[in-house]
Amino acid sequence: MHNFSWTLKMAYRDFRKNRVKLFLFVSSIIIGIAALVGISSFGDNLTKDIDQQAKELLGADLVLENNQPIGDLSFDSLAVAQAAEVNFASMVVFPNTGDSRLTQVRALEGDFPFYGTLETIPEDAEGNFRSGGKKALVEKILMAQFNAEIGDSIKVGESTFVIVGELQKVPGQTGITATVAPAVYIPMDHLKETGLVQYGSRLNYAKYYKLADEAEVENLIKPFKEEWEEANLRSNTVEDRKRSTGRSFQNLTNFLSLVAFIALLLGSVGVASAVNVFVKEKMPSVAVLRCLGVKASQIFSIYLSQIVVMGLIGSALGAALGTLLQYILPQVFADFLPVEVSVQASWSAIGSGMLTGLMISVLFALLPMLKVRKVSPMATLRPNEGDTQLRKDPLRWVVMFLIPLFIFSFSLYLLKGWQESLGFTGFVLFAFGALWLVATGIMWLIRKFLPISLSYPLRQSLANLYRPNNQTISLIATIGLGTAMISTLFFIQNQLLDEARFADKEDQPNMLFFDIQTPQVASVKELLQERNLPILQEVPIVTMRLESINAVTKKINEDLPEEARKSRSLYNREFRVTYRDSLISSERLMAGELKPVKTPGDSIFVSFEQGYAERTGIKMGDALVFNVQGRLIKTYVGSMRDVKFNQVSTNFLVIFPEQVLDNAPKFHVLITKTKNDRESADIQASIVRQFPNISVISLGTIVETLEEILGKISFVIQFMAFFSIATGILVLISSLIISKYQRMKESLLLRTLGAGMPLVTKINTLEYFFLGSLAALSGILLSFLATSLLNQFVFQLPFRVALQEAIVVYLVITGLTILLGWLNGRNIMGKPPMEILRE
Amino acid sequence: MGILSVQDVSKTYQSGNRKLTVLDQVTFDIQAGESIAIVGPSGSGKTTLLGLCAGLDTSSQGSISLNGQQMENLSEDQRAALRSQHVGFIFQNFQLLPTLTALENVMVPLELKRRKDASKKALELLEKVGLKDRATHYPSQLSGGEQQRVSIARAFANEPLVLFADEPTGNLDTETGEMIEDLIFNLNKEQGTTLILVTHDRELARRTDRIIQIKGGKIQEETHA
Ligand SMILES: Nc1ncnc2c1ncn2[C@@H]1O[C@H](COP(=O)(O)OP(=O)(O)OP(=O)(O)O)[C@@H](O)[C@H]1O
Ligand SMILES: [Mg+2]
Repeated sequence: MHNFSWTLKMAYRDFRKNRVKLFLFVSSIIIGIAALVGISSFGDNLTKDIDQQAKELLGADLVLENNQPIGDLSFDSLAVAQAAEVNFASMVVFPNTGDSRLTQVRALEGDFPFYGTLETIPEDAEGNFRSGGKKALVEKILMAQFNAEIGDSIKVGESTFVIVGELQKVPGQTGITATVAPAVYIPMDHLKETGLVQYGSRLNYAKYYKLADEAEVENLIKPFKEEWEEANLRSNTVEDRKRSTGRSFQNLTNFLSLVAFIALLLGSVGVASAVNVFVKEKMPSVAVLRCLGVKASQIFSIYLSQIVVMGLIGSALGAALGTLLQYILPQVFADFLPVEVSVQASWSAIGSGMLTGLMISVLFALLPMLKVRKVSPMATLRPNEGDTQLRKDPLRWVVMFLIPLFIFSFSLYLLKGWQESLGFTGFVLFAFGALWLVATGIMWLIRKFLPISLSYPLRQSLANLYRPNNQTISLIATIGLGTAMISTLFFIQNQLLDEARFADKEDQPNMLFFDIQTPQVASVKELLQERNLPILQEVPIVTMRLESINAVTKKINEDLPEEARKSRSLYNREFRVTYRDSLISSERLMAGELKPVKTPGDSIFVSFEQGYAERTGIKMGDALVFNVQGRLIKTYVGSMRDVKFNQVSTNFLVIFPEQVLDNAPKFHVLITKTKNDRESADIQASIVRQFPNISVISLGTIVETLEEILGKISFVIQFMAFFSIATGILVLISSLIISKYQRMKESLLLRTLGAGMPLVTKINTLEYFFLGSLAALSGILLSFLATSLLNQFVFQLPFRVALQEAIVVYLVITGLTILLGWLNGRNIMGKPPMEILRE
Repeated sequence: MGILSVQDVSKTYQSGNRKLTVLDQVTFDIQAGESIAIVGPSGSGKTTLLGLCAGLDTSSQGSISLNGQQMENLSEDQRAALRSQHVGFIFQNFQLLPTLTALENVMVPLELKRRKDASKKALELLEKVGLKDRATHYPSQLSGGEQQRVSIARAFANEPLVLFADEPTGNLDTETGEMIEDLIFNLNKEQGTTLILVTHDRELARRTDRIIQIKGGKIQEETHA
């Protein structure tokens, strides 16, 4: 016990003199912990808020949906109130300007939402809308896009409505849904007049129920479930919504926590590197203590306890900063959140964040710290007593093993899956390893091949990277990884946008007309031909459902044991199918072949999209019975296709052979290519004017929407990646300050030797330039690798060296390094030599 | 057998495939209270011998016993315990702990011996070396000679049986060096400590009871005063 208190006493004595320095060492974990604590507090609050606002999320206690009208149900009598909605995608026109756009039209009847409100400008617009008449509420995005104002009219189908309010927020909707499918609310009473309720329109019918306050919803609906299942009614309760929303945000915050964790790991590398310098400085003292008869383990404890204390202080500061960070997070994620998120300190997040930070930073600090145990007391008599063999220290290997284990456990805790966690750990180790290798390699090359013919400042500044106790490699690794993260995001985002824009340049289709009724086809074609627009594809579409798979109907499927059961969605979804005997350019045959039907009565072979078949468990040769508007057609799976979905064309999960569906009721899609935006706008306007039921999508609109969504997503991701860069910068700053004394002495020496200030400044600037360049280039190299892998396996894009973007990243990172170095050096330069010698 | 007995001790260093013999079968015996000087040209193995005698390093061959304890049979931690109990050190470059005040530096050996009155005793020692009023100063605030006085106070703090000194005056001017020598010999007499010092300084060597001269790792001659 005495030993322990003496250890603490010695630790305290040492700490008094070191605290500023030690604080610098651990400062690099602050941002990582702040990010971690901020994100998980935000996650905790989000979960709580979803829980509390779940009713507002759904707007009702229960929703039933179908793509056919829902008649009266036996359940209706149990409800306190009911509302109904029909929603569908349709063009709307602003008659003032003639502009049109595809939107989500919602025809509303009754007092939905029962919980929460439709937030509008002006505030009384909701009441006005419900008071009757041909009035509409329009999403603010739409209003802004077409410069529409309250009081303007809007044309839905063949009917014109007055805009009485601008929708700000709708229960359960996020900024993203509003961007993809902005809503226009109209009264149900006037739906018929639009003429949009006809065959081929894809309508979704919803019925909203409000139940008695004390009702136990789940128990109440249990007896009805089977009946609804049979009628193809999808039910959604507050509990369901809470679960699904909660789950997807849990996934999101877990993912973000991993990103924050990477920043923390970067900081820990900084800690290890700084502690390494610290330990080297302490070696003489360690040898003296050994001489005086202090046990190796006791000396080790003296220094470790200081690191632990500093780690704790750093963690606490990080946690405090993270709690403050929460005030920003709801704004950052605003477009993704369906609920109002409160800001509150989450003690569990603070606790686990601090623990994680402390453990990981101590683990990393142990790597250099273990050396303390191996210092020979002989070093007091002979200062250059050689380094003891570190590689042979078994404890060092234990720590080397514990670090990946900790990373793995942490990711397992967040990701839950073994494979994903192994993947994440592997990725982190690979990224660090790769950067370490690149950095060491470059350093080795410079040292080996440094040409003697270089000018003096160049040689001196490169040689400076090798000064004793240099942190060059760890700086390259930390700044490099931060750079790699930011530039990968930057590259991917730009490539996705380029790809979409590029599509317009080649001879690719850029306009798509759908929901065309059979009798309208001829006139639409005529309209296109009048304007010399090519008809690149004409695709008939038939809707159908699956009746049975290998004689297993929906009912039988329900009774099967879990592992034998097919995905329910197969039976519940409506398939939109076309028929042809050949592949189009976006398709590739993966198995079997497309078999035409030669004579009536031949077996019918359909083709499935491979990915979909794999997900749902459909196999080659399966016997499928489709229900095509009441007529049953027996088919077999005869081929599998790989479909590239990133082109403007119609893509299908299922293709029938020709002949079979000729007489089935269908609608059509036409695809064309316009020469410019003007032409697109013209043809869109005239088609929508003559045929209000036809929907038009142009590539221009898609690119615009994509840009907006990517902008929102990348803002969030860049916000997260910022933590890594900031950590890299902190590590840089701390290393600059640590090496300040050494740098001062070097500059002094140079000045004593007669070098003028300009030369000294030049050498220092060049050193930072090399350091920044090496870090930025290693990071960019790694991000090229990451981008090409992501392109190949996720986005299926060809890899392109993003030279311009890379140059921007390079300049920013290098410039930042030089700037920080210069700021740090500023007060060195002016000091009189004597003052430096006395320190 | 004396307080320190060195029997056939050799030390070899392996560098690559070359074997360097620094000490070659050295044997001598030192009685309690005796003071001896080890002298010899640079590189002759003086520091190596001192390190082995103090248990800072282990010999390649032979045996050394300190206060009756066979050094080869002790673990590193046991040797550390032996040092904290019975051994004191004075170094050429002082080796004070830079983060501790003068007083705290002197207190360390006392605290390791678990003395309750550590700070009182340390202050007495500082008074003896004439630095009582500098007790709260850090080593960086003291001159070389002052630092060496603190380190002498530290070396005598645990009332060692044996005091080892490697060129204690090597970094000091003659005048200060003489003052340091006086201090060492006075305390040595006062406490009855055995003194083993390595030096280049003939004058200093002559003040000891016995001089051991080594050359090329072997004892050349022993002179008695
Ligand atoms: N770890 C080592 N590996 C190899 N050779 C060593 C090692 N330590 C010391 N030596 C060699 O052992 C020899 C004796 O060294 P030592 O320090 O004992 O000499 P010294 O007599 O104290 O010299 P000086 O008077 O210069 O201090 C020297 O030649 C030295 O180079
Ligand atoms: Mg020597």
